[in-house]
Amino acid sequence: MTKKDHHDHDHAHTLLPSDPVLRAKALETLLVGKGLVDPAAVDAIVDTFSNDIGPRNGAHVVARSWSDPDYRARLLADGTAAMAELGYSGMQGEHMVAVENSDQVHNVVVCTLCSCYPWPVLGLPPVWFKSPEYRARVVREPRAVLSEFGLELPDDVEIRVWDSTAEIRYLVVPQRPAGCEALDEAALADLVTRDSMIGTGVAMNPETS
Amino acid sequence: MFQPLQPERPFAEPWHAQIFGLTHALANAGIFTWPEWGNHFGAALELALKEGGPNDGSDYYDVWLAALESLLIEQDHADRDSLNDLRAAWTEAYLLTPHGDPVELNSNALVDRDAG
Repeated sequence: MTKKDHHDHDHAHTLLPSDPVLRAKALETLLVGKGLVDPAAVDAIVDTFSNDIGPRNGAHVVARSWSDPDYRARLLADGTAAMAELGYSGMQGEHMVAVENSDQVHNVVVCTLCSCYPWPVLGLPPVWFKSPEYRARVVREPRAVLSEFGLELPDDVEIRVWDSTAEIRYLVVPQRPAGCEALDEAALADLVTRDSMIGTGVAMNPETS
Repeated sequence: MFQPLQPERPFAEPWHAQIFGLTHALANAGIFTWPEWGNHFGAALELALKEGGPNDGSDYYDVWLAALESLLIEQDHADRDSLNDLRAAWTEAYLLTPHGDPVELNSNALVDRDAG
């Protein structure tokens, strides 16, 4: 270890990172050394999730569904194929199901097991989606949880809770707000929030967006 | 309780992104399937909560990392000794690298591993 012998001890050393940082580096080094993963592939996946995919993709799907009845029918019949039509596929989005809200039914999505999420159309889940509290309580008392998100639903609206798995991931199609008949697809997409597509929110009204 | 309007970065820490990317790359390469991962990770999350872990999801990626290590060990793609040795090698690399220089693993650490 000659480098150590010649090292100038007056220099500031690089700060030692936290335990998980070191373990993650150890794991990647081992897996790359064994040829199980390509570091470039890992970087590309991180770059895609950091920059290219997110709730704007889902908002595009919802806005198309609002403005094109034929697309809406295809989306509700086969979510995977309809989302792929707009270029949102792969990334474990092989079995995507769109569930549409109405005056009678409000849909909300959870993954009680871990945090399965419709990645191609929503990107990465928010921290609360991954919390044990949300995962347990939204099944048990959805109305109370939604009210904590600021969403008060009339008593006669049925709440359906959809439990995502690694095989099936759900996207909520929120109701189209009133008063946005003149808006084009891009302007409609601006009304669609991430939470409205998980079901813990609703689409924004045109005047408040 | 829930903070739906708080903006969030995709990954709060670079190592979260790293293990997320690693997991995807491993699944894409067929090292394990997504249901295998989901079941293993789900069980680890449940255990962490039972053992007194936080209820707010703040330990999510800590549990993810431990679950990824244990799944790979279970499937004979990794072993605890190698992970410990490489963790020690990375620790040494950080301690020996002057501030501002890129931290790289001493190639001896990899050679030793290959020999072992």
